[in-house]
Amino acid sequence: MRIQLLKLAHARSGDKGDTANVGLIALEDEYYPLLVREVTAERVRQHFKGICKGKVDRFELPNLGALNFLLHESLGGGGTLSLMTDAQGKTFSTAMLRMEIDVPDQEAQTLGLMG
Amino acid sequence: MKESIRIAGGQGFWGDLPDAPVRQVEEGPIDYLMLDYLAEVTMSIMQKQRSRDPNAGYARDFVGLMRQILPSCIEKDIKVTANAGGVNVEGCAAAVKDVARELGLSGKFQLGIVTGDDIMPRLDDFIARGIELRNMDTNEPLSTVRDRIQSANVYLGAWPMVEALNRGARIVITGRATDTGLTLAPMIHEFGWAVDDWNRLASGTIAGHIIECGAQSSGGNCQYEWRSIPNLANVGFPIVEAAADGTFVVTKHKGTGGWVIIPSIKEQLVYEMGDPREYLTPDCIADFTTVRLAYDGTDRVRVFGIEGRPATEFLKVSISYAAGFKAVGTLVYSWPEAYEKAQVADRILRTRLDRLGLKFDQVLTEFVGANATHGPLAGEPRPDLPEVQLRVAVRSNERAAVERFTKEIAPLVLTGPPGVTGFAGGRPKVEEIVAYWPALIPKNEIVPQVQIIEA
Repeated sequence: MRIQLLKLAHARSGDKGDTANVGLIALEDEYYPLLVREVTAERVRQHFKGICKGKVDRFELPNLGALNFLLHESLGGGGTLSLMTDAQGKTFSTAMLRMEIDVPDQEAQTLGLMG
Repeated sequence: MKESIRIAGGQGFWGDLPDAPVRQVEEGPIDYLMLDYLAEVTMSIMQKQRSRDPNAGYARDFVGLMRQILPSCIEKDIKVTANAGGVNVEGCAAAVKDVARELGLSGKFQLGIVTGDDIMPRLDDFIARGIELRNMDTNEPLSTVRDRIQSANVYLGAWPMVEALNRGARIVITGRATDTGLTLAPMIHEFGWAVDDWNRLASGTIAGHIIECGAQSSGGNCQYEWRSIPNLANVGFPIVEAAADGTFVVTKHKGTGGWVIIPSIKEQLVYEMGDPREYLTPDCIADFTTVRLAYDGTDRVRVFGIEGRPATEFLKVSISYAAGFKAVGTLVYSWPEAYEKAQVADRILRTRLDRLGLKFDQVLTEFVGANATHGPLAGEPRPDLPEVQLRVAVRSNERAAVERFTKEIAPLVLTGPPGVTGFAGGRPKVEEIVAYWPALIPKNEIVPQVQIIEA
């Protein structure tokens, strides 16, 4: 089944120059391996197509059940140069939570995500 | 030596809730109040203020705040660390001294001031000696913008502030200093941590990271179960209760709103994070993958297990330079076909700008209510949106081009699609862009100075 990240994680995002950072945090510790497996840097780059014009880096923080993504060239120049409403990338967090991932039914059932 | 000290975060940025630091002082026990005033381009604003008035160039709000809290700070033995000095640390200290005199507190405490961060007068010398100060993002050498530079400051760490505290300062005022250093310095001072005690220095640094954005760790901007967050109207700002072994508890004053829970701390930990193993400061490298969290009662999260590594041989430099002009124009279109009308208006506007032959580096159109935050991820807007705000922004090196753009917005009301309003603010303002140039400089080039002044 397809599950939206909104049901699996919370997030906070911010900026460093023209790079947006998105910290994605599993709502339950058991969801973390699923995020590690499915929410790859490549998958995130695809998701933000048309928004992120550079590469995407991913870092793992198993101690927090979190992944940190760096989306390069995403903020219209960044800082004061950017003309965007969201020049600081604050809403990249919720944009990330729009992503849907495929979870095998069996696994979804085990994790209590069915229905 | 105290067993633990309570360090309160007073604000998340220059312009945060004005009463927050006052409430941190008045509404419960704290030992230190830390105040971060300097965003990346704040120094250039202060530089401009100082060029008009040699006595200006620091955070005036800080002086007003001192007027409110100085008597309590002395009575309750609270110390303050603040990077309020901007580009005129001495001026800021003099203003606080004046406040002390007005309040009858002269001679009752000492001010510590930290300088040596301003490298503006030394830039040509650095460049001549082959220290290129290349932009960390673009790798361009500083010489490409040399004639447009407005300020240049090194981020100093905790140690100069530690010296000020060790020499008896109650109020420590710095220019450009790391926000994490403002929290770490009191811990080093109280617990006598060594300069190579990397794990503890990293702990204090991460404590600083957690409280440096104010209420963003205690319920503000918290996505987790956001509807359940109690009484944000009365949100309590975060307090770190630090122990000599480097562990600490994040909490807030009793009776305040918001919450300190593991998810709120996790959200702040990942905020503005790069490589979590490589959080670089002048004092140490902190490894965020070693942070452990556990509950320690209501609105109390214990943080422990943190490991650090030796600091690098470089300091970060924050340089600001003039980078042209920008302006933002907005109009609001109403139902029916609000989005379509806003799109048509945008095309008309762009046609007119083209015909005027104006040169812009960038023209950006956003439709607030449809796609301004999530762009294409928001999908095609519903055809029956009740309203859409057209937002067009331009940027150019030529002030005249941006100026001309600002005159083309309001006329769309009488010369474009119908059902439009939201022009009452008049013409958009032309804004000078001051851009940020991050660079590195060898540590041994910089010698911080600490002075103690009798108030």
